[in-house]
Amino acid sequence: MQEDDNKYWLENIRILKILLGIWFIVSFLMSVIFVDQLDVIRIGGFKFGFWMAQQGSIYIYVILIFVYLKMMDNLDRKYHHEEKDIIAEEASDQVS
Amino acid sequence: MSLQLLTYIFVGITFLVYIGIAVWSRASSTQEFYIAGAHVPPLANGLATAADWMSAASFISMAGIVSYMGRDGSVYLMGWTGGYVLLALMIAPYLRDFGKFTVPDFIGDRYYSQLARMVAVVCAIFVSFTYVAGQMRGVGVVFSRFLEVDINLGVLIGMTIVFFYAVLGGMKGITYTQVAQYCVLIFAYMVPAVFISILMTGNVIPQIGFGSELNESMGGGYLLDRLDGLHEELGFTAYTEGVRSSLDVLFITAALIMGTAGLPHVIIRFFTVPSVRAARKSAGYALFFIAILYTTAPAIAAFARTNLINTVNNAVYTEMPGWFRTWENINLITFDDKNGDGRIQYVADPVINELNVDRDIIVLANPEIAQLPNWVIALIAAGGLAAALSTAAGLLLVISTSISHDLLKRNLMPDISEKQELKFARIAIFFAVCIAGYFGINPPGFVAQVVAFAFGLAASSFFPAIVLGIFSVRMNKEGAVSGMIAGIVFTATYIIYFKFINPAADTAEKWWFGISPEGIGTVGMLMNFIISVVVCRFTPAPPQDVVDMVLDIRVPGKPS
Repeated sequence: MQEDDNKYWLENIRILKILLGIWFIVSFLMSVIFVDQLDVIRIGGFKFGFWMAQQGSIYIYVILIFVYLKMMDNLDRKYHHEEKDIIAEEASDQVS
Repeated sequence: MSLQLLTYIFVGITFLVYIGIAVWSRASSTQEFYIAGAHVPPLANGLATAADWMSAASFISMAGIVSYMGRDGSVYLMGWTGGYVLLALMIAPYLRDFGKFTVPDFIGDRYYSQLARMVAVVCAIFVSFTYVAGQMRGVGVVFSRFLEVDINLGVLIGMTIVFFYAVLGGMKGITYTQVAQYCVLIFAYMVPAVFISILMTGNVIPQIGFGSELNESMGGGYLLDRLDGLHEELGFTAYTEGVRSSLDVLFITAALIMGTAGLPHVIIRFFTVPSVRAARKSAGYALFFIAILYTTAPAIAAFARTNLINTVNNAVYTEMPGWFRTWENINLITFDDKNGDGRIQYVADPVINELNVDRDIIVLANPEIAQLPNWVIALIAAGGLAAALSTAAGLLLVISTSISHDLLKRNLMPDISEKQELKFARIAIFFAVCIAGYFGINPPGFVAQVVAFAFGLAASSFFPAIVLGIFSVRMNKEGAVSGMIAGIVFTATYIIYFKFINPAADTAEKWWFGISPEGIGTVGMLMNFIISVVVCRFTPAPPQDVVDMVLDIRVPGKPS
């Protein structure tokens, strides 16, 4: 059991590293540090760097959280952590 | 119907809805009062979190700030959304699994120390009061401008409404009112944005209209190119280019992001859902609902900026439309005809410039500038009030739980019964409303400056302590407490020096490494992390029950 928990945690950390890596690149590299270089590319009326800083980064944040939800669902299923939670949640969804 | 009558009707209806919800959702236990019995479905919590988060500043001021800062305004757009990724991935699910009531609860238990608990309580109360003062002021401003009542009376009406549903319903009442308030505020924000987008670019979706070509009647060509051109003509930096150094932008964005992830009134929203998975999911919903407003704001900013320059530049003063006079009357627009030609010169050079426009006008007056119908203008008033009241209620609850739960029950008076604790919670909220109202009526002159303070403090105190508490089993109380204190003292000293003691030195040349006080929280946060880790190495490991607790919250669904 203890060993399972350890493996679960390590996989959790791996997921965080990937997603937070993307988060970092989007927020700080694409939208701040290299924004002028990316501005050379144009999409319609937008310069790409400007678009990333004022629009794109926010869309990617939303996507990242839902991807995380999906990946953690799979991980929870693999380690059988899911039952109690999902049942409780479905019950409360019905109440609303 | 007249604008004023319409506004009264809209505001009246929304207030009745809020009161109705309060009566329906009375809280009868501390669990209901603090965390809505942990029965809030993820979708509802997402809506409530979005309303909780988006304050009078997001609704009224943000588009205006972006409009004036151009690309540099993205620090707020990313700073106030990017933190939700950290919340969802690194904080919310684990704290939900921990399953108590407040952030100081976690800090105090995880670091087995009353000192740590007290540091957290003081930070939570300070950050929340800083924030709530601005909300009450926002309520007063909306009342005075749209309903032509006295600002102070406006604040009093707002206080009464918040008091009513916060005291009756606690977190339960607040949650469901926030759901309603989100609907009101997002509708009020989107309707004028869509109208203006159609008017200027023929595109229904503002996020796309923002990058489209202008209508023939407006001269054609891409909107942003036109705006860049106008800016350069008048001597401003091009709209899509920045003025601030990349390093400073980086540090400000990071400080706002980490601050967002460490703000107690946002974190406690994730205690109200039934499971760990629900916490993850509701963080996703919350950011989705926030993103609708946050991606619209820069579009409004660009539309309004173009409109404003086109309307005022070189126009004859006596021929200005009605809204110009209305806002001039309350000094949010000022005009000084320096060269006496009867025309308005609006340029970057302060010596020649004749017009000053308050930033808040961008959202408040935008519908009038674009000549939209009266009911759209009336909506803005209801939306601004919803944004201010929802955030105020969330903050007041943090203040009340910090006092009744963290200070009294968990520290000074551990023997009180649940009934007594609930009574103290209600009394605390009463006093918190009164103090917030006092600051709303007599606003301290430094509200704008203390916002940097709130985020800097949250970033340099809570964020590292919470993250280390989850991700490092070895972290002990000595490390966490010294890290928090070092982070707070450093950040506070830097901000107080540049904002209060020596504001004249608040320029890029005098800042350390060119980092502004707004961005210094990032340095404080790094300092906190480093000191915590170093001190922890040389002090004893935490006791076994704390180690077990940490291992426990890492895995969902285990009984603690």
